[in-house]
Amino acid sequence: MKVIVCIKQVPDTTNVRINPETNTLVREGVQSIINPFDVYAIEEAVRIREKHGGTVTVITMGPPQAAEALREAISLGADNVFLVSDRAFAGADTLATAYALSCAVRKLDGADIILMGRQAIDGDTGQVGPGVAENLGVSHVTDIRKIEEIKDGRIVVERLLEDGYARIAARLPVVLTVVKEINIPRLPSLKGKLAARKAEIPVLKAADIGADLQRLGLNGSPTQVMKIFTPPKPSGGKKFTGEPAHTVSALLSELTAAGITIRKQ
Amino acid sequence: MNYFLSDDQKMIKDLAAQIAREKIGPIAAELDESGEFPWDVVKTLAQSDLFRVFIPTEYDGLGGGMFEMCLVVEELSRVCGGIALSFAASALGTIPILLHGNEEQKKKYLPRLAAGEILAAFGLTESGAGSDAAGIKTTAKPDGDSYVINGTKQWITNGGEASIYTVVALTDPTRGVRGTSAILVEKGTPGFSFGKKENKMGIRASATRELVFQDCRVPKTNLLAKEGMGFLVAMKTLDKSRPGVAAQALGIAQGALDKAVGYAQERKQFGKPISAFQGLQFMMADMATQVEAARALTYAAARAIDGGERDVSMISAMAKVFASDTAMKVTTDAVQIFGGYGYMREYPVEKMMRDAKITQIYEGTNQIQREVIALGLIKEALRANR
Repeated sequence: MKVIVCIKQVPDTTNVRINPETNTLVREGVQSIINPFDVYAIEEAVRIREKHGGTVTVITMGPPQAAEALREAISLGADNVFLVSDRAFAGADTLATAYALSCAVRKLDGADIILMGRQAIDGDTGQVGPGVAENLGVSHVTDIRKIEEIKDGRIVVERLLEDGYARIAARLPVVLTVVKEINIPRLPSLKGKLAARKAEIPVLKAADIGADLQRLGLNGSPTQVMKIFTPPKPSGGKKFTGEPAHTVSALLSELTAAGITIRKQ
Repeated sequence: MNYFLSDDQKMIKDLAAQIAREKIGPIAAELDESGEFPWDVVKTLAQSDLFRVFIPTEYDGLGGGMFEMCLVVEELSRVCGGIALSFAASALGTIPILLHGNEEQKKKYLPRLAAGEILAAFGLTESGAGSDAAGIKTTAKPDGDSYVINGTKQWITNGGEASIYTVVALTDPTRGVRGTSAILVEKGTPGFSFGKKENKMGIRASATRELVFQDCRVPKTNLLAKEGMGFLVAMKTLDKSRPGVAAQALGIAQGALDKAVGYAQERKQFGKPISAFQGLQFMMADMATQVEAARALTYAAARAIDGGERDVSMISAMAKVFASDTAMKVTTDAVQIFGGYGYMREYPVEKMMRDAKITQIYEGTNQIQREVIALGLIKEALRANR
């Protein structure tokens, strides 16, 4: 079983800020991490290898410093990693990113299963997974919470829905995006960390993956982010303090006065 | 404070800290209450290769020594001294094999201990033989190709959970201390059973049980070193393991200091955080100074051992005494800084105070450690005057 995991290096959003003047992320002093959803994808890939044999290859598209995310992937159990990096990729939206990643996957002779997180915590689009599948001409299932079975070129998965799940069978090769319910990722091992420290991170450039330059980076991106901003904090409001019996009835009469009616069940 | 750790040592420390934060922190209070053995954490430590750090590379270890072992114990203990003990006690049980095992014994056990597949334990103490370890009553009677062991070991950490035990017993009761031998006994050997789990004041997530031997027959190939060397094996083992207790105490103390400083900045009285009051500032300054001194002494002892220093009894004892007395004092002060909240189970520091107490008692009480130090001093003085 050959598994390729596509990951993204993202700023650790627990302490990210937006510069109000330029409307861009303040990246100085903010640690970069593997997109948390992608960590679940790596773990699932390692589990597939433990159960079915084969290899786990992790790729990421990003600037040279994204190599750090790949080193972490090695410490988490990846056999091979590739950094897809070229100035030509700069400014890519999800369409151009999905195209570049699919070229890289082809260059690596494809895979039986391509895994990624359901979305990146910085962009939150969730479009790259399905985009890669479309470019490769294979099927995809998003929001996987469980891989039930992989057998005879067929996979059965559970797809998380709002109020339940769908059991879906698909032919391999397939692109799957995973949710955090799928596993509990293991922590890195010392042997893995030692290997990661020593590892050479191979770089794939635009020419290496045979990509059409017109479909890469800004050229290949029909969408552009105009502005990122922090929505203004709601101000005003009224706080009711005191005993719950008192505050609840005060709130209800206030709401009624404002023309909001509460329907009795 | 920079201790100039190597890249590998930093990596070990960081990974142990991550495991402590992510895997131990969330369950520490629950296991303290239930007394359940932390097998999930042991599995995580194994998967992350932490049992390998102090085992030579030829037995699937990573080639470090007691210093690396101490780094792990310190970081785990910072979050829970009880859970950390499952690791530290296995190290204690591994040391006699490392020091005195023959090639066959090392090959048989060390790779599995390095992988964390099995845990080890060390059985010396008996009901009548604590500080006076020479007073043991358990016998291992030579009989053909085997020893037949009878007797009971008391308060054995990892008892019942570990798979391999180094047991000190009398192979020749007529010769006293010189008649003791250290023998490896595997869990599951007929005639070897466990007493009930002790209900302890602290380190409650750690398992403490009796080892009960009733005509337990083990092959003579399980003998460590030579017959009659049991007491020596035990003393050499404890000389090397004591910095591990020091590291546990140090971790507990550091954890309590962290909590106390954090709380002192949050808690407001008289309109300002209590950290603004000089009375508390002086307390915190003393706590921090003592913790740092304990760390310096603990690291010095571990490095002396790893550096091949011949006689480490004194420095090991000093590290153990100082770090454990520090842990007791600092955790008591941390409870004081937390005030009434500190006395409550909902807050973490009373557990640290309970966990700290044992470090002054086990692997040789601090009174015995002081005797070891004094004896070393007197010996040194005699040597100088000769």
